[in-house]
Amino acid sequence: MTRFVERHPAWALIVIIAIAVALWLIFAVWPQSVEDAFGRKRVFLNALFNGITLGGLYFLVASGFTLIFGLMRNVNLAHGSLYLFGGYVGYAISVATGSWVLSFIVAFILTALVGVLLQVLVFRRMEGQDLRQTMVTIGLSIVFADLMLWACGGDFYQIQTPNWLIGPVELPLVTAVKSSGEPVYLRYPLVRLVIFVASVVIGVAMWLALNRTRIGMIIRAGVDDRDILAATGVRIQLVFVVVFALGAGLAGVAGVVGGTFQSLSPGEDIRFLLASLVVVIVGGMGSIPGAALGALIIGLAEQLGSVYIPTYAIVVTFLIMVLVLAIRPQGLLTRR
Amino acid sequence: MSLAHDARVPVRPATAVQRSKLRGWPEIDNPAAWAVAAILLIMPLIANGFFLIEIFATTLILGTMALSLMFLAGYGGMVSLMQLTIAGFSAYMVAVFGVSGNANISLGWPWWLAVPMALALATIFGTLGGALAVRTEGIYTIMITLAIGAAFYYFTNQNWAIFNGHTGINTVATPHFWGVNWRADIPFYYIVLAVAALCYFAVDYISRAPFGLALQGVRDNPRRMAALGFNVNAHRVAAYVFASFVAALAGVLQVWNYRQISPGSVSVGACIDILIIAVVGGITRPIGPFIGALIFVLLRTFALDFLVKLGLDGNRFRLLIGLGFLAIVFWSSDGVIGLWQSWRRRQRSGAASSSGRRGRESDQGSSQGSHHG
Repeated sequence: MTRFVERHPAWALIVIIAIAVALWLIFAVWPQSVEDAFGRKRVFLNALFNGITLGGLYFLVASGFTLIFGLMRNVNLAHGSLYLFGGYVGYAISVATGSWVLSFIVAFILTALVGVLLQVLVFRRMEGQDLRQTMVTIGLSIVFADLMLWACGGDFYQIQTPNWLIGPVELPLVTAVKSSGEPVYLRYPLVRLVIFVASVVIGVAMWLALNRTRIGMIIRAGVDDRDILAATGVRIQLVFVVVFALGAGLAGVAGVVGGTFQSLSPGEDIRFLLASLVVVIVGGMGSIPGAALGALIIGLAEQLGSVYIPTYAIVVTFLIMVLVLAIRPQGLLTRR
Repeated sequence: MSLAHDARVPVRPATAVQRSKLRGWPEIDNPAAWAVAAILLIMPLIANGFFLIEIFATTLILGTMALSLMFLAGYGGMVSLMQLTIAGFSAYMVAVFGVSGNANISLGWPWWLAVPMALALATIFGTLGGALAVRTEGIYTIMITLAIGAAFYYFTNQNWAIFNGHTGINTVATPHFWGVNWRADIPFYYIVLAVAALCYFAVDYISRAPFGLALQGVRDNPRRMAALGFNVNAHRVAAYVFASFVAALAGVLQVWNYRQISPGSVSVGACIDILIIAVVGGITRPIGPFIGALIFVLLRTFALDFLVKLGLDGNRFRLLIGLGFLAIVFWSSDGVIGLWQSWRRRQRSGAASSSGRRGRESDQGSSQGSHHG
């Protein structure tokens, strides 16, 4: 931290000012002049929280994508299909059993199984052939999309939020002060907060597992030099299968989350594939912290953009990607 | 550089004999090429309006878009998924600058002003995107160009001032001069054929010109080319300039063909369709995209009837395309052309009577084959 400040004093100053402004915007009661220029504080806070929680969802999708790429250099452009598949499975389970938690478990297991099949049947046969993997997974995503359209139709599905998560909570953030002097607090859907916390927990757990455990050490070693790792006696193919299952399962879990937050319909697979592409391009391919940072940036840009500049919201995310590519083509948080 | 190997792009050895052969007119000694050219020229005598436009003109337009991708991927080693986006941008510009039903958007320029404007703007657009994409390699290029295509799609969906949102721009005027309605079936077919042939021969010529050879060198070994004094990125960007222009031409034809343009025609799925067309046909030779486009258009047009006849759901056309695409990518990295060539090779190795030149070719081919693995 101090080294960063020493090396880039100007950037550090900008970052500190930006953080200070953001904190002030979040915690202070906005004076009239700011409200006139910016709109109501409640709208801003809602967009902010929507952006952060959407970032959590993007992180769940993108972390699996980036994990698979980081270790195996496998380009899985069918990742969006795994997301949608997990969502549909979750919907079916929650309708059949009424259990929201169970739908996560089943969706995780089934998408992980699909992932294992993909790894064994497709990727193992074309190791190191980026372009063929890309083509095959594009073909697979077309086939999957059509099969899912066949099975589920073109309707919109939404997974029922469980009773204990329905309803808003009051957050200790003042949105306005009534004329009587009584402060008005922000009310925000509980389910989104819970899911966001869960995705943070998953992210931290993944980071810890990768950086503090033996299996994580093996995985990281595989990223750097898989031949030497295989030569030391590690059963690398098994590691690949496990990581692929984990990455695919995360996409399935994200599908259930997305089905609860938003809705499931054909086309969502491509949307989330693109979101994870942009997230990992911004954050840096193969990096879990990068996926977290990228997901946060893209989620915030999308939500704040759609509130304040609705026409150009998508272009803002795109501009961020262009900017990152122009400054750091390898992504914000990548060593190489 | 790893991409070049992954793409399994066969490297053409340029021996003196072959160079002298390559210098001549392409395929001039190939009777099949002459037959195809003759059939294409007399097509209006054979085919009715439906076949002429819906099948052949559409094939040629899609083939030209895929040709621009083939040029980038086959000779430059850069798989760009935004070629359809460039074409769509060009089509939108024709609609915006020219005459259309949306009088509040269209500027109403005559076509001979609107079309060069559209071509220029789309080429600039593609060049900017390309300049961004050449900063990266291999799979990253695919992702970035896909992201550009997606951004353009969402932007056209949301922007009402220029692109008229998701309804798009309708009743785009088509050129009408010298007393000919150039959008009538037969004149339009010949325009499309002329443009497609022009693009085909241009790609074929450039692939043998010094620039094209340098580009293929950059594809195969960028570091060595840089060491030889070639500006690697400049070559790549220049390839994007040319490919963008080809795609832009196809975009103009497309908007004239359908007389309308909407975000649906620049969707991500359509971008991927262009990749499918190019890969199914074969991305190592300029004829590949046209073969792929013909297969795609035939499937798209007749798969419904065909599936219904088999007693299946006609809506599973995309499943059929996806499975066919998968099969081709799995078994032949060089598309239909590759399948055909390996079939020919097997035929020839079966027959002992092969001339010297062909024998050498098949040697070269089999070494490629072993490369394919």
